[in-house]
Amino acid sequence: MKVLVPVKRVVDYNVKVRVKADQTGVELANLKMSMNPFDEIAVEEAVRLKEKGKASEVVAISIGPREAAETIRNALAIGADRGILVKTDGDTEPLAVAKILKAICDAEQPGLVIAGKQAIDDDAGQTGQMLAALLGWPQGTFAHKLELGDGSARIEREIDGGLQTVEVKLPAVITTDLRLNEPRYASLPGIMKAKKKPIEEKAPADYGIDATPRLKVLKVAEPPRRQAGVKVKTVAELLDKLHEAGVL
Amino acid sequence: MAALVVAEHTNQALKDATAKTVTAAAELGRPVHVLVAGEACGAAAEAAARLAGVEKVLVADHPLYRHMVAETMAALIVSLADRYDAILAPATTNGKNYLPRVAAGLDTPQISEVLKVVAPDTFERPIYAGSAIQTVQAPAGKMVISVRTTAFKAAESTGAAPIETVAPAGDPGTSRFAGEALSGSARPELTSARRIVSGGRGMQSAENFKLLERVADRLRAAVGASRAAVDAGFVPNDYQVGQTGKVVAPELYIAVGISGAIQHLAGMKDSKVIVAINKDEEAPIFQVADFGLVADLFTAIPELDEELMRRGF
Repeated sequence: MKVLVPVKRVVDYNVKVRVKADQTGVELANLKMSMNPFDEIAVEEAVRLKEKGKASEVVAISIGPREAAETIRNALAIGADRGILVKTDGDTEPLAVAKILKAICDAEQPGLVIAGKQAIDDDAGQTGQMLAALLGWPQGTFAHKLELGDGSARIEREIDGGLQTVEVKLPAVITTDLRLNEPRYASLPGIMKAKKKPIEEKAPADYGIDATPRLKVLKVAEPPRRQAGVKVKTVAELLDKLHEAGVL
Repeated sequence: MAALVVAEHTNQALKDATAKTVTAAAELGRPVHVLVAGEACGAAAEAAARLAGVEKVLVADHPLYRHMVAETMAALIVSLADRYDAILAPATTNGKNYLPRVAAGLDTPQISEVLKVVAPDTFERPIYAGSAIQTVQAPAGKMVISVRTTAFKAAESTGAAPIETVAPAGDPGTSRFAGEALSGSARPELTSARRIVSGGRGMQSAENFKLLERVADRLRAAVGASRAAVDAGFVPNDYQVGQTGKVVAPELYIAVGISGAIQHLAGMKDSKVIVAINKDEEAPIFQVADFGLVADLFTAIPELDEELMRRGF
C-alpha cells in the first residue's frame, strides 16, 4: 500500500513572526523555515508503517515555492521514498491544495494519506478533511493512535472531552495530532540517501487546477497588546487584588 | 437567504458554544436557523429554540448523528445547504472535523476561527498562533465559517422559535464510531469555565497536579495544562490549553509553573484577568499577567489553598 504525505514549508515554530509595516502580511524574509511540525509527525507515522511492512512506498508532496523542495528533502531524509513538488507563487488556500492533492491521489492511487491536522502559519486546519471530501473517502482527524487492519483503519482521536475511536474503510485520510508519535531526527546516512531520491516537479496547471486564492486578505495586523500588570508579594495580597478586580 | 448554525450538543443538552455561534451568525445580518443533528436530541433542540435571534430550529434525529461522525454530518449539512448562503459551526473538535468537508462539498473556501465579524462578508481571524490578525473578505456565494467561541457572547435564552424535523441524509457507510474515553470530570469544562487553574512543566509530576485540583475545586474552576505538562504525561491531552489545544477566555486564568511559550499564550491571552505564579522572574508569562507572584509553587499553592479556605472558599 502506498502512503502519501503532504508537507508544508512554514516559519519555524520557534520563531516569533512580525507583521509587515504596510499590513499586507507577515515579514518572512530571512526567517528560519521548517517543515510544519504536524507534517513531520505525519512523515514519521508513514515511515513507521513502511518499516513495519504495512506500507510499500511513502511519497512526500509539497505545494509551495521552489524552496519547498528542501521540505521534501527533509521528508526523504526521514525515510520517504520520493517527492512531488507542485510549484505555486504566493499563498495557496486549503481548498486549492486539497484539489491538487486529489488529482495526485487519482494518479497515484494511495491506500492512505497522512496529513498534519493544521499548518502553524495560517492555522486553517482544513486540508485533510477537504481532501477526504473531494475523494469521497472517510477521515480520521486529530489522530492520537493509528492501527491498520485488513482494508480498514482504527483511529483514536483527540477530542474536546478526551479520546474518541473511529473505524474507517481504506482508502482514507488521516490527520495527525501532537501525540501520535515523536518524530525522529534525520540520520546522516538518511540525509545522504535523500539527495539521490527523485523529486518530480509539477505545476497546478498540470492537474488542471486554478490555485488562485478566492478569499481576499484585506489586512494583517498586530493583535491587541496586553499590558504587563503588577507583581504581588504574597498569596494574601494576590487574593485581595483578585477580589478588587471582581473575579473572586 | 438565512444563515445556518450547526449546533454543538450532548444530545441531552445544548452546549454554550452553540449560543456563541448564534451571536456570530446574527452579526451577518441574516435570519439565523440552527441545525441540531443527533439522536434523541429533543431537549437540545428545545434549548436551541429558546436562543434569542434564532428564527427556526431544524432537527435531524437519527442514530447516524449520535456521535457527530464527520462523514454523515457533512452529508446532512450539504443536503440542506441550498437554502442557506452562510453555514457556521463552532470551532470545537466536532466543528473542525466536519466543517471543512462541508466547504469542500460546496466548493467554497472556509474561513476558520473567526474572532470578529467586520462586515457581513468580512472577518477577522488569527494566524501564526494569534501573533497576527488577518482580515479576510469572502467571495460572492456561500460562506462557510468556523467560529472561535471565546470571542463572542452567548445568545440569551429568551426566544421561542419553531422546531422543524428534517430527514436524515444518506450514509456513505465508510466510517463508524467505535467508542470514546471521556475524562469525566465533575469540574466545569475548560472552554466554558469562568475560572481556570492551569499547570505547566513546573508541576513536575501527575501527583503534584492534585495540589492544583484542590485549589481549582475551591474556586469551582476547570483545570488546564500547558503542552509541556501534557507531553510529560502529567495530565490527559484534553487538558491542553494553547494554539493546538483548547482556546479559552475565562474571567480568571491562574497559570502555575507555566513559562508562557507563544503556543500557550495563544490559547489563553484573551482571559479577563491572568495570574502567573512562577519562580522564574524572567518567565514570559509575566508579560501578559495582570498579577504576578514570583514564588516556588510548592510553597505558594498550599498557601493559596489555605488562604482560600480561610476566606470561606
